[in-house]
Amino acid sequence: MGALLDVSGLNKVYEGSGRRVEAVRDLTFGIEAGELVCLVGPSGCGKTTLLKCVGGLLAPTAGQVTLAGRPVSGPPPGMAFVFQEYGRSLFPWMRVGDNVELPLKQKGLSKDRRHELVADALRSVGLADASGAYPWQLSGGMQQRVAIARALAYEPEVLLMDEPFAAVDAQTRADLEDLVRGLWRERGITILFVTHDIDEAVYLGQRVLVLSASPTVVREQLTIDLPDERDQLHTRVAPRFAELRTHVYEQIQAAKRGTPVPGPTDSVEDRAVDKK
Amino acid sequence: MRGTNAVLGATGLAVFLALGEAVPRLGLVKEAYFPPVARIAGALGDELSDDTFWTALGDTLTGWALGLAVAVSAGIVVGVLVSVVPYLREATASTIEFLRPIPSVALIPLAVLLYGSELRSVLLLVIYASFWQVLVQVLYGIQDLDPVADETARSYGLGSWARIRYVLWPTALPYVMTGVRLAAAVALILTVTAELVIGAPGLGARIAIAQNSQAVPEMYALIVVTGLLGLVINVGARTVERRALAWHQSVRGEVAV
Amino acid sequence: MTRFLLRLVFLLALPLVLLGLWWLASDDSTNPFWPPLRTILTTFPDVWTAERLRADVLPSILRLSAGYAVAAVVGVAVGTVIGSYRRVRALCEPVLEFLRAIPPPVLIPVIMLFAGIDDTMKITVIASGCVWPILLNTVEGVRAVDPVMAETARSYGITGAARLRNVVLRSASPQIFAGLRQALSIAIILMVISEMFAASNGLGFTIVQFQRGFAIPDMWTGILVLGLLGFVLSVVFQLVERRVLGWYHGLRASARRSP
Repeated sequence: MGALLDVSGLNKVYEGSGRRVEAVRDLTFGIEAGELVCLVGPSGCGKTTLLKCVGGLLAPTAGQVTLAGRPVSGPPPGMAFVFQEYGRSLFPWMRVGDNVELPLKQKGLSKDRRHELVADALRSVGLADASGAYPWQLSGGMQQRVAIARALAYEPEVLLMDEPFAAVDAQTRADLEDLVRGLWRERGITILFVTHDIDEAVYLGQRVLVLSASPTVVREQLTIDLPDERDQLHTRVAPRFAELRTHVYEQIQAAKRGTPVPGPTDSVEDRAVDKK
Repeated sequence: MRGTNAVLGATGLAVFLALGEAVPRLGLVKEAYFPPVARIAGALGDELSDDTFWTALGDTLTGWALGLAVAVSAGIVVGVLVSVVPYLREATASTIEFLRPIPSVALIPLAVLLYGSELRSVLLLVIYASFWQVLVQVLYGIQDLDPVADETARSYGLGSWARIRYVLWPTALPYVMTGVRLAAAVALILTVTAELVIGAPGLGARIAIAQNSQAVPEMYALIVVTGLLGLVINVGARTVERRALAWHQSVRGEVAV
Repeated sequence: MTRFLLRLVFLLALPLVLLGLWWLASDDSTNPFWPPLRTILTTFPDVWTAERLRADVLPSILRLSAGYAVAAVVGVAVGTVIGSYRRVRALCEPVLEFLRAIPPPVLIPVIMLFAGIDDTMKITVIASGCVWPILLNTVEGVRAVDPVMAETARSYGITGAARLRNVVLRSASPQIFAGLRQALSIAIILMVISEMFAASNGLGFTIVQFQRGFAIPDMWTGILVLGLLGFVLSVVFQLVERRVLGWYHGLRASARRSP
């Protein structure tokens, strides 16, 4: 079955000033249309490098990324990025509405269509009234919502999110997590979500890919068999949640210690957790 | 990386000089207006072996250094005074804002009347222009003082003088250095300008003489000398700034020029 | 209301005091170089008639604007090219550092060789002097575009002219404006000097004529006019900057409030 986003044998080596650093060794996985997949791993394991290669912002040294059958060689119009540093990603000289609209102008859409998309996107992140404000007039959480709205309005096939909530406070983070899940369920977009927060990965994802330490490979693929209706209060105290997060935590600790990857990893092999 | 940059830079310079040689020789501009680089270099050599050139250079440097020293001292003293004495800052703000943009060249006729073509007319212009550069920077610097640091010092019993020395001065120092750097550049410009326009002794006057006697290669040679002088002053000021502020890691966004 | 009055007092107090001191100190002056302030002020309207304003002040302002405009266009255009390509910058850097270190008035004799003594000469002098701060600041501004912002633009396919217009130049505009402000003071200086050197009309020319003819009070009025011009241009510049860079001031203010 053809996955929407297919990553095979991704390898990225940084060469510079006499040193050769293999950030990503061999990454192979696939994402079906409409899935919400979380990537989690120890710090410094090249999560951002991986995401940028998938998104076409970095050229891989080897391996290939395919989006709906087409190889990715530069940022494709089918992908949208949400960066961690929202303050530096939104353009401070434009108002919120203009920020969301700018990428649409590149797509060559008509004015009416653009306004429609912008209004719709801002409404779905709960910022329908903020269109005339400047980004720096808004709080951190609201700015990240604007970034998400900008990505939504772009109507991408895949949404790539690079630790988007690492720089906001815990309560805002909880709201934003629910926002992402809500948007995902409503619109059925495909999301690849990178995070270092294990709880967040398990709470959000349908599937969690645990990465090893650098040089990075996929250590394990985990299906999150929690119910689809999740909320911050109940899901996080569910026993199954605790089991899953403990397992992921152990995997990451093992990854940091450098213990070998358990068993072969196959791109479409989903393994349900059965221990403990 | 640094190596390639240096090589590229040297290449750029070489191309520039080559153009300077080729363009007049090919007749693209009249040789009378723009002599080939080789001829300018020759004239430069002649200048360097001429005693009067060195006297002129000395005069320019004297005017520059003296004017700069007075401007910097006055700027720091007035800046500190205005900032420390209560209400003086608000009272002087409008005056400073009005006097600052007045071009110092407006005073040239006055300088000529008062001092003719002596060193003092040069100093009048240089000090007036450089003073504002230093003053404005000192005011910014003192304004940037962290009140928490000051309170802490006061709570440890440091008197006014000690606070100025240990808290105020280090905060203001980066700004003062910026002010000195800007003032040094402005001082050179005004020194040479005063010499050029008024005829006070120095490189500027020498250029005027070369112009009057149609000695075009000599004119260019002297311009090169002033450019090199300016370059040395810029680079020197930046080096001093870097050394003196080696402990100060933050970069206060100052303009490139 | 009291706060407004207090601000007004601070605004006017020292200037009025200084003016008063000047008036009193010079009132019975017999020194030819320091005529009484009263004389200067009464001479003012006699010297600066509408006729003279049109014949002398207007040409000066026009030359200034032309030179400044040329420098702005060239400085931003060339600066953008140099700032965008690392190699180009490395290539040009030593030459630019040298050229910009030359005190601009020193080039007047050279420019006079090429351009004679008419308006072209003056505009060239002004432009050649004030292009440097604009060019160098544009290079810095273009170079220092935030990498996250650049990647965002790239990820959304914003490239080429659209990127230049919407991202690079806007991001560099605070730095460019700093250069434009420096260039303004240099432009005024060069306008005056080029007119003192070789002209048949203009502010600089007029003031020098007064000085040579020992019309001292008239000369002083000329100095006052120059001062006023500098002040007015500075205010106009600040107004324009506040409009164009409103977003930047807002951004900095909010950053200061919540670091």
